[in-house]
Amino acid sequence: MNKINPSLSLTESSKRPLNTLQNIGLFIGFSGLAIITFSLFTIYQNYSEVLLYSSLGAISLGVTLYTIGTYKGKTSGIKNDYNWLSGLTNRGTTAWIAGIFITTFYVLLYWYPQILGLGVNGQSNSGLIGFFDPLSQLLKGTGKFASEWFVYGTLYTLAILVFGIKFIAKYRHNRYQVIRTISVMFFQLGFAFIIPAILEAMSLPYNDFKNVWPLNYYFFDTWNINGYLNAGNIGLFMLIFGVAMILLVTPILTYFFGKRWYCSWVCGCGGLAETAGDPFRHLSDKSVKAWKIERWSIHLVLVLAFMMTIAVIYNYRAQEVSYLVTTESFLIGFTILMLSLAGITFYNRNKWINNHNRIAFIIGACMLGFIFLCTGLAYFVLGSNDLFFIPTYKIQQFYGFFIGAAFSGVVGVGFYPIMGSRVWCRFGCPMAGLLGLQQKFFSRFRITTNGAQCISCGNCSTYCEMGIDVRAYAEKGQDIVRASCVGCGICSAVCPRGVLKLENGPMIEQRASEKRAFFIAEDEIKML
Amino acid sequence: MRIVIIGNGISGITAAKTLRQLSDHEIIVISDESELFFSRTALMYVFMGHMRLQDIVPHPKSFYEQHNIKLNFGRVNTVQFENKQIEFNDNHTLAYDKLIIATGSKPTMYGWSGSHLDGVHNLYHLQDLENIERHAETCEHAVIVGGGLIGIELAEMLHSRAIGVTMLVRESGYWNNVLPAEESEILNKHITEQGIELQLNTELKEIWGDKERVKMILTSNGAKISTQLVGITTGVQPNVSFLDFTSIEKNNGLLTNAFLETSIPDVYAIGDCAELRNPTKGRKAVESVWYTGRMMGELVAYNILGAQKAYDPGSWVNSAQFFDIEYQVYGFVPNQEMPGIKHIFWKHPSKNKSIRLVYEEKNGIILGFNLLGIRYRQEVCEKWIAEKTSIETVLQNLSLANFDPEFFKSYEKHLVHIYNEQSGAKLKLQSNGRLSQVLTFLKPS
Repeated sequence: MNKINPSLSLTESSKRPLNTLQNIGLFIGFSGLAIITFSLFTIYQNYSEVLLYSSLGAISLGVTLYTIGTYKGKTSGIKNDYNWLSGLTNRGTTAWIAGIFITTFYVLLYWYPQILGLGVNGQSNSGLIGFFDPLSQLLKGTGKFASEWFVYGTLYTLAILVFGIKFIAKYRHNRYQVIRTISVMFFQLGFAFIIPAILEAMSLPYNDFKNVWPLNYYFFDTWNINGYLNAGNIGLFMLIFGVAMILLVTPILTYFFGKRWYCSWVCGCGGLAETAGDPFRHLSDKSVKAWKIERWSIHLVLVLAFMMTIAVIYNYRAQEVSYLVTTESFLIGFTILMLSLAGITFYNRNKWINNHNRIAFIIGACMLGFIFLCTGLAYFVLGSNDLFFIPTYKIQQFYGFFIGAAFSGVVGVGFYPIMGSRVWCRFGCPMAGLLGLQQKFFSRFRITTNGAQCISCGNCSTYCEMGIDVRAYAEKGQDIVRASCVGCGICSAVCPRGVLKLENGPMIEQRASEKRAFFIAEDEIKML
Repeated sequence: MRIVIIGNGISGITAAKTLRQLSDHEIIVISDESELFFSRTALMYVFMGHMRLQDIVPHPKSFYEQHNIKLNFGRVNTVQFENKQIEFNDNHTLAYDKLIIATGSKPTMYGWSGSHLDGVHNLYHLQDLENIERHAETCEHAVIVGGGLIGIELAEMLHSRAIGVTMLVRESGYWNNVLPAEESEILNKHITEQGIELQLNTELKEIWGDKERVKMILTSNGAKISTQLVGITTGVQPNVSFLDFTSIEKNNGLLTNAFLETSIPDVYAIGDCAELRNPTKGRKAVESVWYTGRMMGELVAYNILGAQKAYDPGSWVNSAQFFDIEYQVYGFVPNQEMPGIKHIFWKHPSKNKSIRLVYEEKNGIILGFNLLGIRYRQEVCEKWIAEKTSIETVLQNLSLANFDPEFFKSYEKHLVHIYNEQSGAKLKLQSNGRLSQVLTFLKPS
C-alpha cells in the first residue's frame, strides 16, 4: 500500500510550484523576519525605529503578496493541493527548521528573555526587545518600554492578522470560515493587544478580557486579585467581568453553541492555530491511541488547574483579601460542593455519561471532598496551612513552568509543523477540557451528517486539527458529539459530498445515537 | 458457516461488516488490489497531495483482526461452483458455504489503436494512480477521453500539477447525457475557466506513439493533439470475466434476483458487478455507484442470514464534485424536456450555484432535486419524494432541505418566486430551516 507515499521523507524538497508573486512575497516576508531576527545583535543604532516599522510592514506585505499569488485567478474552493507533497507541510526538512526556530524563540522568551535583550536590574532594553521599544512607547506612552511579552504579543497579533487574511482568501467561498476568522482577528487585535496597551497607558492592571479562567490560570492569584481590588471601579469591573465570564457567559454560550464560540471564535490560542497554523492542521494524530492520551492529559491538566486554583483561594486567608474567604467557610463549602457534585453525577441519567465517566467523576469528587476534610482536620489539629499538603506556591511554580510555558508555548506552537496546530488545545488546555465536558454532556451543538452520502474519502478526518476521526462517524451517518471538537467547520468545508454540517438544536440524544447511513433499520434485525 | 467475499471494495466490506454485526460466522474477504479496503473515490486526493494513501483507508488492519474478519490477499482464478470451491492463481483452493461476489468494475476500453502504449491510462485502480504518478513528472499536456465523473477527476488531478489538459467529450455539453442543459452549461463554463480545454462533440480516433511513450492522438474531427498522457475514462463495466467459463448466468454483470442471489445456489453478487434481472422502476440493472454498492452489501448480509428482503434502493441519490462545484441529486431529474414533467430552475446570477425542482404537471407531485454548489438534506428530500408531496408544500418548506453551512445565504425564496410567477400562486416560505424544525419534520409519525 505504501509504494507511492512521498510524504514521510525528511529530505524531499518541496514540489509545490511557486509563481513570481509568491516568490516575491516570500522574499519580502522573510526580509522582514530577518530584520527582526538580526535586531537581536543590537546593530541598528539610529535607524531602528524605521527598521521596526518597515520589518513589520514587510512581513504583512510579504504574506499578503504570497496570498494574492496563491489564490488570485483561481476559482474559490478547497485548495489543499501539495499539502502532503511539500516539505513544509509534510514534516519535511523545512518543517523541522521552522519548528526548531519557533521552539527556540519560545524557550528564550519564557526562560532567557535577557538573551532577547530584556533589560534587567534597571538597565534599558537592547536587542530584540529594545527593537520594539518605539512601538511600545507609541502605544503606551513615553517611558513605557517593551517587555518580552509586548514583543511576543505584537508578533502573535501580527501573525493572526496576516495569516487570517490568507485564511480568509483561501476559504472565501465559505462564509462561516470568513466570519469566524474576522472574529478571532478582532478579538486578538482588540482584546489581547489594544485594550491591554490602553490599560497600561492609563496605569491600570493588565487585563485580557477574553482570557477566561482556567486558561487564564493566574486569574485567582493573589497579585492579580489585589491588582483588580487596588484599581478602583475599573478594577472591580474587571474582577466581576472575569467571574461572570466563568460562571455565566461561558456555560450559557457553550450550552447554545458548543465550545466553538470560544475555541474557534474568540480564543487567541485557537486564533493562532486557525490562521498561522492552518497549513499544518492535517498533521494531527488521528489514531485511537492519540485519543486515549488526549483524554488523560487534558483532563489531568484540568484537574491540576482546579486544584491549584482551590489552593490559591484557600491561601487567601493569610492574605490581604482574607475577608473573601475564611478557613471554615472554605473547607465546609468545598466539601459540600464536591460531595454534592458526586451525588448529582450519581443520579444523573444522561445517556452520554457512561459508567466509566460516572465512576471516575464520583471517585474524583469524593477524593477532593476527602482531601478537604483531611485538610480541615490537619488545620484544626496540627495548625497546617497547606491545602494539598504541598505549599501552594510550589503547585503554581510547577503549573506555570510545565503547563503555562512548556506545554502551551513551546510544544503548543513550536511543534505546529510537526504535530499540527492544535496540540495545546487538544492535549493541554484546561479551558478546552472544561468546555469539552460541557459540550459533550450539556450542549445543543453537534455535527450533523447528511443521510448516507459519505464516500469514506477521509478528507474530514485528515483535516480535523483536533485529530477526531470524523469519517468513522460520517460513514455510519452518525452525528458527531465529541468533547474535543472546537467547531472550526473545516470538516464540513473539505467534504466533497456535502455530508457534514455544524448545527445547534434540540433532541441531541436521540439524534446523535441514530446511524442513518444504514439502509436497513436496526429494528429490522429483529425479524431474523 | 464459512462466508467468503471476493472483493474488498465498499460492497464487499460493507457485507463483511454487516455480517459480523449480525452473526458469528467465519468471514473471509479476498482481494487482489490492496490488502485493506480503501476509498476508491478518494484516489484523486492522494495524487493531489490532499491526503496520503493511508488516509483514504477507513479501517486499520487491527479493525479486521478485532472483528475477526479474515483478509486474504490473492487473485481468484475462477470458482468451481459445483464443489463450492474458489480457485486461486497459484492453484490453491478455498471452500465456501456462502459466496458473495463483489468484484466491482473495470474500465471500458473501446479498442482504439495505440491504446496499449505506455502513457495511456485509466483512473480506476491503485495501480493506475502509480502509473499516472510516474508519467506526470514528464507530462506537459494530457488528453482525457470521456466526459463523465472520472474524467473530470483526472482532469482536476493533472491540472493540480500544472499539466495542460484537453478533454474530449462525445456529447454536446459536459455530462449532458445525465445533466439538464443549464447545469451542463454551468459546468462547461467552470471547466473552461480552470484552463481546461473542453472539446465537445469530439471522440478519440487513434493514439500514436513510439515504443516508449504515447506521442499524439487523432480526434474524430481530424485534429491532432500532441500529448504525453492519455486518460481513458469512457466508463466502466462489471468485472466478471474471471467467471467466463463457468455456469453462472451473466449478461453484462452477474444476473441476480431481487434478493441478490445469482443463478447458482448460495452465491450472491453485489455492487458494480451485479446486474439485476428486474430492477425497480426507474432504476438501471447495473448501477456503478458507491451508495448502491453499500446498500447491496448490507442487504446481502441480511439475506444470507435468512431475511429474504428484496432490494429496493428507493429514490435515486448521487453526488459528485466538479472542481469547485458540488453536485447532489435526489430522485428523478431528466436531462431534457419530457411531456407532463415540469421544472423550476434557479441559477445564481454570478456564482456557480443552481437549484432545480422537478415535479409532475398533472398532480404536482415532487419528483426530484438537482443541486449545484448548494447542499440539501438527503433525508428531507427523500421523505418528500417517498410521500409524493405536492410541489407547493415542498416549496413552502424548502428551507428544511438546506444543508449549507451556517451563515451561508439561502436561495429558497427565489424558487418560490419563480413558481409563483409561473403559476400565479402566492406561496411564501414558511419554515426557517432550523434544526428543530427539520427534526420535527423527520420524526416518524
